[in-house]
Amino acid sequence: MSLTSLRLGYVPLIDAAPLIVAAEIGFAAEEGLEFDLIRLRSWAQSRDMLGTGGIDAAHMLVPLPIAQALGLGPDYPAFDLAMFISQGGQAIAVNAALAERLRAIGHGFGFGDARAARDALVSVWTGPLKVGVPFPFSTQAHLVRHWLKGSPLEPGLSIHTVPPPMMAAALASGEVDAFCVGEPWASYAVETAAGALLLAGRAIWNAPPEKGLVLTRAFTESQPELTGALMRAIWRACRWIDIPENRGTAVEILSRPDYLNLSPELSERGLLGRLHVSPQGEVRHFPDFIRFHAGGANFPWRSTAALLARDIAEAHNLDPKAAMEAAGACFRTDLYRRHLRAAGADMPGASARIEGAMTHPTPVASEKGQMILGPDAFFDGETFDPPIYAR
Amino acid sequence: MPGLSIIIVERDRDRALRIVDGLRASGDHTVTVIAEETGLARRIAEQKPDIVLIDVADPSRDVLEELALASGPLERPVAMFVDRSDEGLTRAAIEAGVSAYVVDGLQPERIRPILDAAIARFHMFHKMRTELAATRAALEERKIIDRAKAILMKARGIDEEAAYALLRKTAMDQGRRVADIAQQLVMAAGLLT
Repeated sequence: MSLTSLRLGYVPLIDAAPLIVAAEIGFAAEEGLEFDLIRLRSWAQSRDMLGTGGIDAAHMLVPLPIAQALGLGPDYPAFDLAMFISQGGQAIAVNAALAERLRAIGHGFGFGDARAARDALVSVWTGPLKVGVPFPFSTQAHLVRHWLKGSPLEPGLSIHTVPPPMMAAALASGEVDAFCVGEPWASYAVETAAGALLLAGRAIWNAPPEKGLVLTRAFTESQPELTGALMRAIWRACRWIDIPENRGTAVEILSRPDYLNLSPELSERGLLGRLHVSPQGEVRHFPDFIRFHAGGANFPWRSTAALLARDIAEAHNLDPKAAMEAAGACFRTDLYRRHLRAAGADMPGASARIEGAMTHPTPVASEKGQMILGPDAFFDGETFDPPIYAR
Repeated sequence: MPGLSIIIVERDRDRALRIVDGLRASGDHTVTVIAEETGLARRIAEQKPDIVLIDVADPSRDVLEELALASGPLERPVAMFVDRSDEGLTRAAIEAGVSAYVVDGLQPERIRPILDAAIARFHMFHKMRTELAATRAALEERKIIDRAKAILMKARGIDEEAAYALLRKTAMDQGRRVADIAQQLVMAAGLLT
């Protein structure tokens, strides 16, 4: 049987695992596909390659297709987010000087308590705080804004884009005081003694969708079979990676020179949830630091689109209602339902939910009866009930 | 018509100089090269260029994205270059490996010759890089095939021609490349000694 070749773009991060695993473990071939995996070096490049037809699909920051839908990027054909492919995996780090001040007041760098970390930071720092994120439209930017909202640090907060491989250097040089980035780049900063890890992204928001599988609408509409095959291959890879005994193999595959080209010792920290929070080697165990599948992590909730769109609209002075409507249209819960049923995915009864309402795993109505959704609460208890037009 | 102020973000000095040459030929422009990535946003904001050119695959591009978004209408915005009148040009530029950020309101006919010149230079870089990579890969494969031949000659007491014939036959039987079979053999031999 001859395989159909698809060009997939990814940025070298541990959350690119679903694409790489689908190619290496055979989930792509099982669907009659062969992946040409193209390593990209910036999110702008990923967007441009997808927009101009250089790649067929991309591993992409979840808010990026929303920004495109809101007209905040180049004038490319519409993008569709077909499914989430990772959740969490981000960490907040502070520079070495700040880390020392935090230690001096007895902060224990527990890594899992957003309120304690924020209160500690507030008590050692006043004035402007420069925080690095990988892209203006990123889950990281959203997490940082949410974490510091309403705190004495909010008025002085400025968010700066720093390419992930340069995060450690930016922290060391004082270009930023802190950052929020996906693994392995937070661990890399610890390894180079540029800073210490203060907080996991999931400590701020328990279900922060991080990367999605993004295609052009022209592709999802003209190539429904290929779209379905691709989604199923990636979905099965996500499920495979979330089986705990497979994580070690995933680490080995990802670390290869062809992909992340890093020592497995560095890439395994995030994937196994064993983070070294300081250059002294203090280890924190954070189960489910990054998720790829469990707890309904792949379903592209329209309410999540609305929540992120509202945040982007606020930051860029756009009409939130129009933003939420436009964002919902590119989160393709319909494609998810149509294409993944055949792979055995259970489907929630609704395509939108109250975001942030679940503090523990919760059963909800599904096509097969009942499915368990993972917790999605914000540390401050905030919830977001999407308006009717965004559901 | 006065020349434009152009910034090129490029670490490789030789490459940068070649682009500068290409652009000078297209008009009387002021061209500045920025080679370091630290403080990029600040340096560009200070200079207020009409156009910024950068390799499409440069990680610093995401910093420019932010700059393009952040500049408000009152502070001479650096808007993303999206040549809505000429989609082909944008595509050609990205395919050649160059992305351009241009100041809002610059006429397309002023952008075009600069982008054409940049595209021509980047095409050339791309070709050179591909050729270099292909040459390197070929040399590397040759070395591995030579080592595999030597291993076979010694192990089976055959001459070079027979060793190569054996490699080629195995490759054909398995539907794989000779270099891949050689690689496997060298690796296996390494494990056995």
